[in-house]
Amino acid sequence: MRGSNAQVIRGTSQADVLWHVLVFVFLLVYPWIASPFWTVQIGAQSLILGMIALSLTFLAGYGGMVSLAQVSVAGCAGYTVAVLGVNSFNMGLGWPWLAAVILAIVIATLFGTLIGAISVQTTGIYTIMITLAIAVGFYYFARQNYNILNGWNGFAGLKPPVIGGVNWRDPVPFYYLSLAVVAVAYFVVVYLRRSTFGLSLQGIRDNDRRMQALGFNVRAHRILAYTVAALIASFGGVLMIWLNGRISPGSIGIGPTIDILVIAVIGGLGHPVGAFIGAVLFTLLENFAIDLIASERFNLLIGAVFLAIVLFSPDGLLGLWQKLRQWTAPATH
Amino acid sequence: MKKALGVLIICAALAVSLCLPVTSQADGVIKIGAMATLEGPFAVLGQDGMRGVKLALQQWNYTVAGKKIKLYTMSTDATPDSATRAARKLVEQDKVDIVIGPLSGSEGIAVKDYAHTQPQVTFFNGISAAQDTTLRNPAPNFFRFTGDGVQFMAGVGEYVVQVKGYKKIVTVAEDYSFAYTNVMGFLLGYCKAGGKVVKRFWVPVGNKDYSTIVASIPDDIDAIFVALGGSDAVNFLSQYEQAGGDKPMVGGTVTIDQSVLSSKGRRKTYMIGTPSGSAMADNLDTPSWKKFVAEYKAAFPKGFPSPSVFAWGYYVSTVACLTALDKVNGDLSNNHKAFRETLSKIELQTPSGVVRLDENRQAIADMFITEVAERPDGVLYSKVVKVVPQVNQTLGMDRKEFLALGPVGRNNPPCN
Amino acid sequence: MKLFIMTILNGLTLAALYFLVASGFTLVFGVMRNVNLAHGSLFLLGAYVGFDVAEATGSWVLGAAGGFVAIAILGLLLQVCIFRFMEGQDLRQTLVTIGISIILADVMLAVWGGVTYQFEIPDALYGVTRLPIIKVYTTYRLFILLIAVVIGLALWLFLDKTRVGMMIRAGVDDRDMLAATGVNVHRVFAIVFTIGAGLAGFAGVVGGSALSIAPGEDLRYLLASLVVVIVGGMGSVGGAALGALLIGLAEQFGLAYSPTYGVVYTFIIMVLTLAFRPQGLLGRRA
Repeated sequence: MRGSNAQVIRGTSQADVLWHVLVFVFLLVYPWIASPFWTVQIGAQSLILGMIALSLTFLAGYGGMVSLAQVSVAGCAGYTVAVLGVNSFNMGLGWPWLAAVILAIVIATLFGTLIGAISVQTTGIYTIMITLAIAVGFYYFARQNYNILNGWNGFAGLKPPVIGGVNWRDPVPFYYLSLAVVAVAYFVVVYLRRSTFGLSLQGIRDNDRRMQALGFNVRAHRILAYTVAALIASFGGVLMIWLNGRISPGSIGIGPTIDILVIAVIGGLGHPVGAFIGAVLFTLLENFAIDLIASERFNLLIGAVFLAIVLFSPDGLLGLWQKLRQWTAPATH
Repeated sequence: MKKALGVLIICAALAVSLCLPVTSQADGVIKIGAMATLEGPFAVLGQDGMRGVKLALQQWNYTVAGKKIKLYTMSTDATPDSATRAARKLVEQDKVDIVIGPLSGSEGIAVKDYAHTQPQVTFFNGISAAQDTTLRNPAPNFFRFTGDGVQFMAGVGEYVVQVKGYKKIVTVAEDYSFAYTNVMGFLLGYCKAGGKVVKRFWVPVGNKDYSTIVASIPDDIDAIFVALGGSDAVNFLSQYEQAGGDKPMVGGTVTIDQSVLSSKGRRKTYMIGTPSGSAMADNLDTPSWKKFVAEYKAAFPKGFPSPSVFAWGYYVSTVACLTALDKVNGDLSNNHKAFRETLSKIELQTPSGVVRLDENRQAIADMFITEVAERPDGVLYSKVVKVVPQVNQTLGMDRKEFLALGPVGRNNPPCN
Repeated sequence: MKLFIMTILNGLTLAALYFLVASGFTLVFGVMRNVNLAHGSLFLLGAYVGFDVAEATGSWVLGAAGGFVAIAILGLLLQVCIFRFMEGQDLRQTLVTIGISIILADVMLAVWGGVTYQFEIPDALYGVTRLPIIKVYTTYRLFILLIAVVIGLALWLFLDKTRVGMMIRAGVDDRDMLAATGVNVHRVFAIVFTIGAGLAGFAGVVGGSALSIAPGEDLRYLLASLVVVIVGGMGSVGGAALGALLIGLAEQFGLAYSPTYGVVYTFIIMVLTLAFRPQGLLGRRA
C-alpha cells in the first residue's frame, strides 16, 4: 500500500482542467442522449455507487485506512430516512423529508465517526478486518430487528420529495440531483487533497510516527477523516434508497460491502475519479455481463477482473491509464 | 494528443449509450424476461426455476400465435434490491413485454411494487410466496398462478391433528417472512382443530448449528413443525436425528422439497412419513403431471430427480402466459388489455390441476397434503395423501375477517 | 439445568470447530502478516474435495486426509506463485485474497452446484454417547472436541519444541530480525502457509461432517475466524483457542436464551475487546 500509493502531489495542469470541463460537459448532456434506463440505472447508479466508493477512496487513498464499513454508514443514513420519513409499511414516523434527511446524515456521520474511533486503534490490515466485522454485525442487527428496522423485509416505498412541481424520482431530475451531490463531494475531496488537513492526512499515511513527532494529533486526524468519509457515504446512502425505492438488510450485507471495495480498487485509489471509473465499469458489468457470457458466471468475471487489477496494476485502471499515457506520449514529459 | 484521446473516448461513450438501448421493436417478436436467483447460495433453486421457464417455452417451440418469443434472463441474489434491479433491466433496457419471476418472498413484494410503475408490462410471479404480494395493495398487472405460503399449508394442520393425532407441537422455523407465512398457514388450521403450540423457535436464516435448539425442544410434545429451507433444513434434521431425537416431524413447504430431499449425505430415514403441504407433489397420479415430469427429465438430464417446486412454479407461470397469448392471438395492444382480461378469466390446466384467479389476480388452486416416501432406489419423494381442492388465498374465510388477522409475524396467529 | 449444561457443551464443541479453522488463519497472519480473506474458501474447498475423496474411497478418514493434503498443496502454490511476489505489501495481499475468494466461490458453485452436502461419518462416531445429568450427547461433537485438543497440542509442540517452530515463533516476534539471522524466510513462510491452508481444508471435512457444506459457508467461517482471532489476538494460537471458546459459547447461549439477537452478540464481544484491548486478549502490540 505504502509506496504504491504515495504519489507526488502535482499542481493543477491545464490538461487537468480541460479534462474536467470535458467530462463535466459530457455528464451534463448525457441524459439528453441516453434512454431513461441508461440515465438512471447506469448513469445515476454509477454516480451513487461511485460516491460511496469515493468515501472509501478518500479514506484509503489519503489516509491509508481501508474501511469496509462505508456501506454500513450509507445504510445507516438510508435506514434513518426510511424510519423517520414515509414508507409503504406504515412504520415511518412521517417526518418532513428535509428533517428526515438532515437527521439521517447527522446520525450516519456520527455512526461513521464512532466506527472510526474504534478502528483507528488499529492500522493497516487490522482496520479491514475490524470494519468488515462491524459491517457484518450491523447487517445482522438490521436483519433481526423488527421493531424499528423491520427485519428481513426492510422498507419500501421510499421516494424523493416533489419540489417545485418536479418529481425528483423522474429519470432526468434524479440524474441531475445525483450529479449535483456527487460533483460537490468530488470537488470537496479534490480540494481536501491540497488542504492542510489533506496534506497532514497524507503525511500520516506515509509516516505516522514522524507526524506524531512533528506535533500532529494523529488519532484526531484519522477520526476526522472517518467523519468526512461518513458524510460523503451518508449522502450516497440517501440517494441510494431514493434510487432503489427501498432498503433492506440485503442492501448492506457483505455482498454490497465487497462491491464497494471492488469498485474503489478497480478504479484506482490514487485519485478521487478512480471511484467513478470503477463504478461505471461495475455497473456496466452487473447489467450486461449476463448478455455477454454465460449468465451464471457473473461473479467469476468480476472476481477475475478484480484479481487481475490488484495483481498487475495496483493503482487500478487509473494507474493503467497513466502508464499508457507515459508510454504513448513520452515526449510531453 | 490528449485532446484527441479525450474526444475519442467521449465519442465512443456516446456511441455506446446511443446504440445499446436501441433494441429492435420489430413486430412479430414477443419479448419475455425471466429472473431467478442464478448466483449465490440459492443458485440451485433459481436454476431449476429457469428450467421450468425453458421447458414451457420449448413446448411452444418459442413461438406463439405465429410470433417468435425472445427470452431475456436476469439473475438476482434473493434480495429485494437485486430483484428490482433485474426487473428494471428487463423492462427498461431489454424492453420486454412480459416479466416472469421472482423466486423469493421479499423479492416478490419488491417486483409487485415496481409493477405498479410499469403499467405497460405484464408481470407473472415466479414462485415467490409472500402473502402481501397479492393480498394487500395488489398491482393490476401482476399475476400469480401459484399459491402463497399460507395456501400451501391448507389442510395440513387439520390433517395432523385428526389423522396423525399430534396435539402438542413446537415450531422450528427461519426468522423471516416466508417462514412466518408458512407457519401461519399451518397454525390457522392446526389451532382451529384443537392443537396446541408449546413453543415457537425462530432461528436466524443461515444458522447451521442447531444443537442448542435441539436441546431446548421439550420432551412432552407429539411432533415438531419444521419450516426451514435448503441446507438449514438438512442441518437441523441430521443434527436432531444424530442427537437421538425421536419426535415425528411435520414439514413446511420448502422443507419437504427435492432441494432438501435430494441433498447428498446419509439418507434421512427419519424423514420418511413426514406430512407436509405444497402446491405440488412428486408422485401425482395424473397423466398431465407424469407428462410434465417425463418432459422435465428428458429436457434436463442434469436436473433434480423430479422437478422441484421452483421448476414447477416457473413452469406454471410461463404456461399461463403462453396459453393466454395463444387465446388472444398474441395481441398485446392497448396495454395488454385483452391479454390481461383473458388471464383473469382463464381456467388453466396445469400439471397439478386447474388454476383460476381471484379478484386480486391470485391463484385459487388445488393444494396437496403429502408424506415423504422412499422409492426402491432410495430416492426420497413426496407422496400425495390428500388433495385439498381449490384453495383460495383466505383459506375459505371471509376476506375481511382474514385481513383482520393482520400481517404475518412471529406471533401470528396467537393460538393459545 | 440440563439446557444450561447442554449449551455449555454445544458451545465447547462449536468452539473446537472454530479453533480448527481459526488456528491456520492466525498462524499465517502471525508470521506473514497476510490476512488471508480466502481462508473460508479454502475451508469450503477442502470440504468439497474431501467429500469427493470420501465418496470415492468410502473412507471418512481418507476424505479428511484428502481435504488436508489438497488444500495444503493449494496453499503452498498460492504462497509460491502469488504471495511471494508481494511480500511486505500487506494491503495488496489482502485484496488479492478477496479476489481469490470471489473466484473460488463461483468456481465451487460451478463444480459442486448449490446442493447441500453432508459426510457419512464412520459408524463408530455416529449416534450418541451416555453422559451424566444430560443423559446423552452427540458422539461426533465430542470427537471434534478431541480433535481440536489434539491439533492444539500438536501445534503447541510443533511451535515450542521443533526448530522450524522456533523459527516461526521468532518470525511472529520479529520478522526482519529472523531474516537477518540467515534463516531462509521463504521456506518458513511456505511451511506456515501450507500448514495453515491444510488445517482449513481439514476443518472443512470435520465441520462438514458435524454440520453441512453448501455455498455461503466460506463466508460464514471466514467471519467466524476473523472474529475469533480479533478477540483472541492476531497471530496467537492460544489466543485463537480462547477467542474460539468465547465466540462458541456466546453463539450457543445466544441461540438458547435470546435467539433474536444471538448472532449480534459475537460482534458485541468483538467491539468490546477492541475498545478495551485492541490487540486482542492474548495478542501483543503490533
